[in-house]
Amino acid sequence: MSDPGTRISDQQSLRRGKIEIRGLTKQFGDSDVYRDFNLDLQEGEFVSIFGPNGCGKSTFINLISGIIPIDFGTVLYDGKTIAQTRLSYVFQNYREALFPWMRAISNIQYPLKILGLDKKTQSLRVEALLAEFNIKIDLNRYPYELSGGQQQMVSILRALITDPEVLFLDEPFSALDYEMTLFMRERLQHVFLKRRNTMILVSHDLEEAVQLANRVLMLTRRPTRIADTVPVDVPWPRDAKSLTSPEFVAIKSRCLEVFSREVARHDSAGAASGSG
Amino acid sequence: MTGLSPTQTTGSGEQAPPISRESVTIPPTKAVLPWFKRPAFDRFLQVAAGPVLVIFIWYAAGALGLLNTRLIPPPGATFATTWIALTQGTMVYDLTQTLGRVLWSFAIAAGIGVPIGIVIGANERLYRGAEFLIDFCRSTPATAMFPLFMLVFGLGDEGKVALAAFSALLIIVFNVAYGVLNARKTRILAARSMGAGRIRIFAEVIFLETLPQTFVGLRAGVSLSLVVIVVAEMFIGGMDGMGHRIMDDQMSYNLKDMYGSLILSGALGYCLNYAFLLIERYFVHWAGR
Ligand SMILES: Nc1ncnc2c1ncn2[C@@H]1O[C@H](COP(=O)(O)OP(=O)(O)O)[C@@H](O)[C@H]1O
Ligand SMILES: [Mg+2]
Repeated sequence: MSDPGTRISDQQSLRRGKIEIRGLTKQFGDSDVYRDFNLDLQEGEFVSIFGPNGCGKSTFINLISGIIPIDFGTVLYDGKTIAQTRLSYVFQNYREALFPWMRAISNIQYPLKILGLDKKTQSLRVEALLAEFNIKIDLNRYPYELSGGQQQMVSILRALITDPEVLFLDEPFSALDYEMTLFMRERLQHVFLKRRNTMILVSHDLEEAVQLANRVLMLTRRPTRIADTVPVDVPWPRDAKSLTSPEFVAIKSRCLEVFSREVARHDSAGAASGSG
Repeated sequence: MTGLSPTQTTGSGEQAPPISRESVTIPPTKAVLPWFKRPAFDRFLQVAAGPVLVIFIWYAAGALGLLNTRLIPPPGATFATTWIALTQGTMVYDLTQTLGRVLWSFAIAAGIGVPIGIVIGANERLYRGAEFLIDFCRSTPATAMFPLFMLVFGLGDEGKVALAAFSALLIIVFNVAYGVLNARKTRILAARSMGAGRIRIFAEVIFLETLPQTFVGLRAGVSLSLVVIVVAEMFIGGMDGMGHRIMDDQMSYNLKDMYGSLILSGALGYCLNYAFLLIERYFVHWAGR
C-alpha cells in the first residue's frame, strides 16, 4: 500500500482527492471476506482490480459503492461519505441489470427520473450525453432487441448520465466476444479520457486490467489482502496495437508473476501465510 | 385440406431460398408470403386438425350405429340445437351470466391478491410463515367450502362469486409472492444504486420484474374461477349460468343442448385463457427474452 499520489501519468486530471478505505470488514456467515482492510486510491484514476475467482473483487466494489452494507470500517471519497458522493455502477450481467420493460433511451434516462429532474432537463441531458459519445445504437428499441455489446453500452451510458464522480464496473465485458470486448475497451477509454472520473474496474482478464488502468490492484485469495499494486505508465489511448508493445508486455508479466506467486503460496501453505 | 397440399408444393421451388433466409434473420411474421403459406395459416391447420378429427369420428361412429344415440346425439343435430339456443334461446344469456360472475370474482381476487402477494413475497420470513397456510388452503378442494360460503354469503351471486374469488385469490397470491421472492436481485440493486427509494423500487422495479410470474397466477386464477363458478351454478341456488343450464339439461334429458353447453363452456374457458395470453404478450413483451 504505497502512496499512489504521483503515479497518474496524465497530469490533466481534475479530481485530485483521495479515496480512503479504513478498517473495512465484511463477513458472510462465519467467514471473513475482508478483515480490517485499508487502501488509499487517487480520484481521477483508472484502477483495475485483479485476483483469483471468489477472492472478493465484486464484494469489494459492492462495499465501497454502498450496494451492500459494510460491517465495520469507513469509506471516504475526498472526505465525503458514500451517500454524499455521486457513484454509478455497471453490472457484469447487463441482461439482468437493464430494465427490459423500458426502451433503451428510457433506461438511460431513468437515473435522472430518480433524481427528480423535470422531463425537459432529463431529455436535454440525455441528448447531450449521446452527442458526446456519438452513439450509433437505435435507442428506441428494447434492451432485449440489442446485441450484448450494445446492451452493455446502454448500461454504461445509464451509469454516466448522472455524471458520476466514481464509476464502478464489475467485469463489464466478460459476457462479450473478444472482438466486441476490444471495441468496448476502446469506448471505455474514450469515456475516461473525456470525463476523467474515477474508474474502478473489476476484471478477471489480466490483459484488460492492464490495458485500461493507471494502476492494477492485485488481490490475494481470502482473507483478502493486496498482493501488489502495479502502476501502468503506458500512454493513452491504448489500442489493440499497444497490447503487444514491450512495456505493456513487461507490466503484464510482472502482474502474472505476482499472481502465480500469491496463488501458489496459498495453495501450498493454505491459511498459514501471514497478513503481511 | 387435401386440396391445398399440391398448391403448396408447386410454388415452393422458386420461393424457398428467400423464405429460409428471411426466417433466420427476422421474425417469421414479417415474411411476405401468400396467405396459405404463412406460418400462421399452417398453425391454424395444425390446431384445426384435432377438432375436425374428433367431430368426424363422432359423426362416423354415430352413422355406423356404434353409439347409443340416446346418450350421444350426432354432431349435426347437436350443432343445430346449439345454434338455435344461441340465436333464439337463452344460451347467450347464460354464457354472459357465467362470464360476468367469473370476471367479478377474478377482479376481486386480482385486486386483493396481487398486493398481498407482493407484500408476502417481499419478506422472506412472512413468506415462509404464509407458505404452508396458502398451500394448505390451495390444496383444500374449493367445493368442500361450498357450505361455508353459502352460510356466510347466502345462496345468491355473492356466495358463488366469493367462493370463486377466494379460490383464485390463493393461486394469485401464491404465484405473485413466489415471483417477488425469486425476483432477480440485480435490477433491484441497480435501482437502489441510483438512489431509488423503497416505494419506487416496489412500484417501478419489483412489480414489473414479477409481472410474468404474476400473469401465470392470473391465468391460473381465471381458469379456476370459471371451474368454481360453473360448479357453484350447478349446486348453489340460482336460475341461470352455464352450470345451471347443463344441470337442467341433464335432468330434463335435453342432451343436445347439454353437449352444446359443454362445448360452449369449454370455448368460454379457452377464450378467457387466450385473451389473457394476448394481454400478457402485450404487457409483458419482455418475458422470456
Ligand atoms: N451474498 C453473499 N452471501 C454469502 N457469501 C457471499 C455473498 N456474496 C459473495 N459471497 C462469497 O464471498 C466470496 C467473494 O465473492 P465475490 O466478491 O463475488 O468474488 P469475486 O467477484 O472475486 O469472484 C465468495 O467466496 C462468495 O462465495
Ligand atoms: Mg465477481
